[in-house]
Amino acid sequence: MKRGALLLFKFLPLLILAVLWEIVCRAGLVSSLVLPPLSAVIEAGIDLMTSGDLWTNGEVSLYRVAAGLLLAITLGGALGFAMAWWRPLNSLISPFVEILYPMPKSALIPVTALWLGFGDGSKILLIFLGCMLPVTLGAFNGARGTDEALLWSARSMGAGPLRVLRDVVFPSALPELMNGIRTAIALSLILLVSSELIVARQGFGYLIGTLGSDGAYDAMFAVVLIVASLGFIADRLHLAASGWVLRWRM
Amino acid sequence: MADVTPTPLMAVGEPTEGRLPSRRFDSAFALSGHWIGVILILIAWEVFARSGRVSPFLLPAFSTVLARIGADAMAGPLFLNIGLTLYRAFLGFAIAGLIGLALGVGMARSRAIAWFFDPVISIGFPMPKITFLPVIILWLGVYDVSKVTMIVLDAVFPIVTATIAGIRGIDHQLIWSARNMGARERHLIFHVLLPGALPQILTGFQVALPIALIVAIVTEMAMGGYGLGGAMIDAWRLAESPKLFAGIVEISIIGYLLVRGMALLRRRLLHWHSEGRTRG
Repeated sequence: MKRGALLLFKFLPLLILAVLWEIVCRAGLVSSLVLPPLSAVIEAGIDLMTSGDLWTNGEVSLYRVAAGLLLAITLGGALGFAMAWWRPLNSLISPFVEILYPMPKSALIPVTALWLGFGDGSKILLIFLGCMLPVTLGAFNGARGTDEALLWSARSMGAGPLRVLRDVVFPSALPELMNGIRTAIALSLILLVSSELIVARQGFGYLIGTLGSDGAYDAMFAVVLIVASLGFIADRLHLAASGWVLRWRM
Repeated sequence: MADVTPTPLMAVGEPTEGRLPSRRFDSAFALSGHWIGVILILIAWEVFARSGRVSPFLLPAFSTVLARIGADAMAGPLFLNIGLTLYRAFLGFAIAGLIGLALGVGMARSRAIAWFFDPVISIGFPMPKITFLPVIILWLGVYDVSKVTMIVLDAVFPIVTATIAGIRGIDHQLIWSARNMGARERHLIFHVLLPGALPQILTGFQVALPIALIVAIVTEMAMGGYGLGGAMIDAWRLAESPKLFAGIVEISIIGYLLVRGMALLRRRLLHWHSEGRTRG
């Protein structure tokens, strides 16, 4: 009960903003064409859910994000570990990583569209390219930071390379790897929505764009709020997952 | 859920313990590797594009792209586009900097302000702000105001959280001594809090500046018109792939220069700080 009250107190400002939104609209201070009242937005959101438009587009978007992220995490993570493990690979690839890392990946939106068109492929490729390097860097820095004494003791106790990787390097790289994945998740949603807003015929971003040009502003606001909260929810899920994966740490 | 205070900067280039992430990377490979890497990538691009394995439409040769950039620089709107994009990015960055600093100081010093904005920021930071683009277009039109607003909306978060973290990390002895010697809140802010928090504030700026650039470009892509992003989307619509790749090259160079510039500025501004001294 006390915890609930505390939570309410913390999130009270959001409630105040929501009520303020409703009041400003109801009082006619702003036109409903500019800002539809919150209640109308919620109603439109429920309509979208029951009519199925949200699901058909949402499914497409979630598939794109999931596929792109999964590729980025597995390939990017593997590359990071390999670079930390084997020096020649490191000196071969690290200059590329260092140059490509700060390059703004959203600039690739028209390029991936040129290569793969309007569909899923271009979005997945974009998300993969954009999200791979943070994961690689996390895995690399984490694996690099492994305590040498732990490596030596594991080896002296007869652990083979694979066991060392699984039982020593991977766990000690995990915190930084999870950090890299966090950045990747945030980036993936940004890349998804911006590419869908600019070049797509399906997906959340496309839905927002068409609703806006049809003048269905209450529905547009509903989708905007849903997608924006997806970013927050994904971050919280990642936080919870990190806590669980790293529960062995103090 | 107990802790809604924004967890550290999560955008690209997350600092750990006040160090920039690239430093570990830098020390592992000498800086010369950097330029060798650039040259290798460009040679690989040229060779691959000329090998005939890929159509020049999908990947024009680097030399073709360079020629295109040269032509745009001589007679085309290249400098107009660069200038407009940079103007939008810097204007948005500057406004985000002012708002972010003010809000950060306010939240670090006042419980009421912190109470109100904590949930807003902890929910707003991980949101993909670009989702609000259609809303902002509806409100402010398709011209500079909405682009700059989008930039502010995106760039302000890393600055606020960095400012809060920086001020909260200041040694309390310093604040107490300043108070003891009669410093008022205004003096405290400008002579103790902001200078003390400067390393972290600058880290926030370093995260925010590339964000400002890329948001400028993405909003230009979405709205069309002049600017690097608008030029790229035009090139895509007209299927002019050399112009499209020219955009990529230009944006990469500008992004690199901005990041380098901020790093230099950091070193200059922090020459008094132990961080600047150890770095030599």
